[in-house]
Amino acid sequence: MSDQLPVHQLDVLIVDDEAGMREGAARSLEGFSVPLPDFNENVTFAVRRAATGEEALAQLKAKSPDIVLLDYKLPDMTGIDVLTAAPGAGDFLTIMITAFASLEVAVNATKRGAFDFLAKPFTPEELRATISKAARSIYLHRKARRLEEEKRQVRFEFISVLAHELKSPLAAVEGYMHLMKERMKGPELAAYDSMVERSVVRIGGMRKLVMDLLDLTRLESGKKKRAIEQVDLVKAAGLILENVAALAAAKKVTLELKAPPALVLSADPGEIDMIITNLLTNSVKYNKEGGRAVLELDRKEGGAVAIRCSDTGIGMTEEELAKLFGEFVRMKNEHTRNIDGSGLGLSILKKVVKLYGGDVKVQSKYGEGTTFELTLKDAPVPAAAEAAH
Amino acid sequence: MTDKTRIKILVVEDDPDMMEQMKVYLESENFEVVSASTQKEAEPLIKPGAFSAAVLDLMMENPDSGFVLSHKIKKMDARIPVVIVTSVTKETGFYFDKAHDPKAWIKADAIIHKELRFEQLKAELKRLLGAGEGHE
Repeated sequence: MSDQLPVHQLDVLIVDDEAGMREGAARSLEGFSVPLPDFNENVTFAVRRAATGEEALAQLKAKSPDIVLLDYKLPDMTGIDVLTAAPGAGDFLTIMITAFASLEVAVNATKRGAFDFLAKPFTPEELRATISKAARSIYLHRKARRLEEEKRQVRFEFISVLAHELKSPLAAVEGYMHLMKERMKGPELAAYDSMVERSVVRIGGMRKLVMDLLDLTRLESGKKKRAIEQVDLVKAAGLILENVAALAAAKKVTLELKAPPALVLSADPGEIDMIITNLLTNSVKYNKEGGRAVLELDRKEGGAVAIRCSDTGIGMTEEELAKLFGEFVRMKNEHTRNIDGSGLGLSILKKVVKLYGGDVKVQSKYGEGTTFELTLKDAPVPAAAEAAH
Repeated sequence: MTDKTRIKILVVEDDPDMMEQMKVYLESENFEVVSASTQKEAEPLIKPGAFSAAVLDLMMENPDSGFVLSHKIKKMDARIPVVIVTSVTKETGFYFDKAHDPKAWIKADAIIHKELRFEQLKAELKRLLGAGEGHE
């Protein structure tokens, strides 16, 4: 099994004034390998040798090793001196070899970054065990660094796109202001009505983006304050339907609610409002004129609640569907160009649904419509939520 | 603009506000605007004699919509000036390599940053149309 893993060689420098020790250690590592299946590597060791502190420093300078096996008592200096003078200290992992397990030496060496100790005399097995531990540690560090780098990259991309999303409305409003300043449409104020109207719309969009961003940040940091109570989803949906009615009427979309007389869930009313509003406004915004949107609520087996929202809208292609939950993803095609949105709605929706131990499923057919189906379970009571945290 | 017929400019831009503003400016300069808001919508408009210059947004339904359209326009008639409007360099750190003339492979005559002053666009169009006057 380990034979199939790609082989990677770690560079080991053995520093000891006793030739027997150097050769013995080198022999112990010859042909020795550490399989690290979780890193998809099989690690072997290439050994270099140094007999004095000076030689060790020269070797370290020539090429920084991965691991240094360092004798404490060298003819020209101590192992600590080598660590102190070593170029690029911290780039390699040090295993101190000492004849007497002195606490003072141990503390001092640890301060200088020694990773482990080997007390002389040691068996080849002890050496191999220590080296295995060191190899694993090196890989863990490398992995952590890689993850950190990826995180930085994701953050950078998020901020780049965010900047773009904030700049677009700013540029639009700035452009209109400029046109007005130049009186490009003559002296009559009425001639600029549409420009003022568009500016108001774009600024509104920007405000929505900022608010959504704050929501998302609160959700991600776990700092969102939640007020869990018994919420009747049917009642909540009725109110939201009224709020969305104007938007639907403007697009001649009929809204329909299919639900039992009542459906109670332990939830934060604000979050429920956010979820249902998001679903309904999407099913109106991305609908065709004269289309239909149906919101269905029902109790599932095991007590969970299902919220289904289907529309007869423009639908999505498979390609669009795959990108749907990405941050700032807004479907760009000839049907959607006049639809406003922050591009964060579904990212937020997904995160909120997670708070209810639920999931979001989407089905869509291009040109025919989309159905979102959410399952929500009772939110844990605040005390339990606190304890879990 | 020695004759009275207005010069037609193809403007492809997916932001309705940018489009509106571009129209107001270009029309005030006596250009006639032929508009499209997606790459798909613009493609059938690329026909000989349909316009004398083009102003294209770079990122529309595809991240390289502007490049694709520019390429098609230049393939039809290499003399038609094409200006690509983009904000891509600043935000994404994706630079057009100045050492290797970007226009060589992008096949556009000018690349203008999106926060363009409309005057800059106007000047660019005038310069390019002036240079290509021979075929008007």
